Amino acid sequence: MAKLKPEDLSGIAEKVKRTMLLREGEGRVRVIVHMGTCGIAAGARAIMKAALDEIEAKDLKDVLVTASSCAGLCSREPMMTVEAPDQPPVKYVDLTPEKVEAIFAQHIVGGKVVDEYALAQGSERML
Amino acid sequence: MAYRTNAMICTCTNCVSNGALQVKEALEAEIKKQHLDDDVKIVPTGASGLCVNGPILVVQPEGIFYRRVTVKEVPHLVEEHFLKGRPVESLMYKEPGEETPIPSIRDIPFFKNQRLIALRNRGLIDPDEIDEYIARDGYQALAKVLTSMSPEEVIEEIKASGLRGRGGGGFPTGRKWELCRASADTPKYLICNADEGDPGAFMDRSVLEADPHSVIEGMCIGAYAMGSSQGYIYARVEYPLAIERMKRAVEQARDYGLIGEDIFGTGFNFDLEVFQGAGAFVCGEETSLIASIEGKPPEPRMRPPYPAESGLWGKPTNINNVETWANVPVIINWGAAWFSDIGTDTSKGTKVFSLAGNVNNAGLVEVPMGITLREIVYDIGGGIPNGKALKAVQTGGPSGGFVPGDMLDLAVDYDRLQEAGAIMGSGGMIVVDEGTCMVDMAKYFLEFTTSESCGRCNACREGLQAMYQILTDICAGKGKEGDIELLEELAPAVKDGSLCALGRTAPNPVLTTLRYFRDEYEAHINERRCPAGVCKALITYSIDPDKCKGCMLCVKNCPQGAISGEEKKPQEIDQDACIKCGACRDVCKFGAVMVQ
Repeated sequence: MAKLKPEDLSGIAEKVKRTMLLREGEGRVRVIVHMGTCGIAAGARAIMKAALDEIEAKDLKDVLVTASSCAGLCSREPMMTVEAPDQPPVKYVDLTPEKVEAIFAQHIVGGKVVDEYALAQGSERML
Repeated sequence: MAYRTNAMICTCTNCVSNGALQVKEALEAEIKKQHLDDDVKIVPTGASGLCVNGPILVVQPEGIFYRRVTVKEVPHLVEEHFLKGRPVESLMYKEPGEETPIPSIRDIPFFKNQRLIALRNRGLIDPDEIDEYIARDGYQALAKVLTSMSPEEVIEEIKASGLRGRGGGGFPTGRKWELCRASADTPKYLICNADEGDPGAFMDRSVLEADPHSVIEGMCIGAYAMGSSQGYIYARVEYPLAIERMKRAVEQARDYGLIGEDIFGTGFNFDLEVFQGAGAFVCGEETSLIASIEGKPPEPRMRPPYPAESGLWGKPTNINNVETWANVPVIINWGAAWFSDIGTDTSKGTKVFSLAGNVNNAGLVEVPMGITLREIVYDIGGGIPNGKALKAVQTGGPSGGFVPGDMLDLAVDYDRLQEAGAIMGSGGMIVVDEGTCMVDMAKYFLEFTTSESCGRCNACREGLQAMYQILTDICAGKGKEGDIELLEELAPAVKDGSLCALGRTAPNPVLTTLRYFRDEYEAHINERRCPAGVCKALITYSIDPDKCKGCMLCVKNCPQGAISGEEKKPQEIDQDACIKCGACRDVCKFGAVMVQ
């Protein structure tokens, strides 16, 4: 192992930054894949894999991916909710890995909602 | 690999003894079985703090806190939470007496009310991964001092921070460094005192297990400031896991060139060795510790000269405690002004305590100096179990003393505790409830110090033994008039006649219990009565016939078969057969068992 110089520290820190942000629960964007029984049956696991592959491929440090249960619209699974800052959450329906790739490129990185795959913006009113 | 979930499983000594390693294995197998091994990463960490509830599993990024996880529950947990995203309520933490679980670690009062400096990385990093320490600003402070600060500036910064020794003495750290730097002789040695010996205390072990690099970095900074090129980490032999992690961390730091020769390419040299302690309580005393490293019997010697002038092998030596070292990098990174803003006039920063005894949330807590005992015991500790009343809080272990329950609003800092007759000590904090006999507690600590006295000084060796004998007699119902006065006469003699802090502080538990609970001593001696119902020679168990329903539960649980009677009728205890174990009182649902 080569001896470190002071400037090497930030390189090492950058390498594990995504892991650290994940553990602190601090991501810029949160992607929720709905993994209820309905979702899994409709292919949510492929959607999850596609999302993680996108993070790897695009080297996104500040995007968190979590699993959540059924979103209540079982006929339109697999579904995914994207929570970006200063935007209402967006629910995407009838997903395929290709659509996930597009959503990552246009919405998560580009900041523009992919209208043709989106069901609606916002969430149900709570209580 | 881009994981979506990090499952942080606590592998501290407490959790491991509760089966954490088996749970970890089961998790790995189940995650593989569910084909989630590309999604979920299992990370072993150091102590989370709430170790009495171990094994602990924290799932990030959601921050879901699971406690008392067992192998049996792993398949359900993996399917529900990791696969379907539905956190499992039955494994979540509940406040004492509450039914609603608190899912997130960020909302649990035990964690929310703490402020972490020394324990900043606990539960967040894998202690065996130096890169993760670096990602949390690790070794930035070392780089800063080596490239932009003079040794004098470093010492000034530590002095300005107001940091005081966390091992118990509370000596200003910056001043200690300055004295060592000022010594002309070379070479100079640094020692990290990790010989944590107070019963029930595990602050240092926890830092070593959770974040070993914080100690290494602190020592490197100290070495630069004082002009040392060799350091030792003197760790208690009873801490095998801490020693193993520390050794691995030292190797990793050496591979990265963060210790050894020409650190960061600046020409500064400093190397470290992990030294296993000799297994005696007195080794935690600095001159005994030094003798132990030199291969001599661990016995204290006269001071002065202090180690800063003449320590290890007669050379200038600086000794600081684990927690003190772990604070150093943060002070350099965040500045003395930031640090000294936390705490009280005379005590800056935070202090780590191991909270133990009759308290719901026993565990490891780090709190700002100046917090009250009440906040620690009730807000963080969750209060006293079984609705009992608090009697006293003991701080400082065998060297410390008791603060009575009516002084619970005392602010915790070095000087306030000293005024109350207790000490900050290294951070042991034992909560005792009304069912505790204070004479018996004092006896317990004296038994410990009597057996751990190295025997070098007469006063400590013989004096403690004499005090212990008196306490034993009092508890056995053989106390006599004049015993209290004799204890009060012996205590200062032991203190004055002892070379080191072991003897000089050992009478403290007796003195503070006499100060605040003298009536209990008097009841034992004059009335042959133990008010708390603990000392067996002074109590009898009986059954209240008005309350007893004849359920026979006590009969089934009595190990002596000493209880008899007809079903559905009041029972009776045969006093000759009774060994006063209290099993009947513990199981009685009607409060019918009386102690007199």
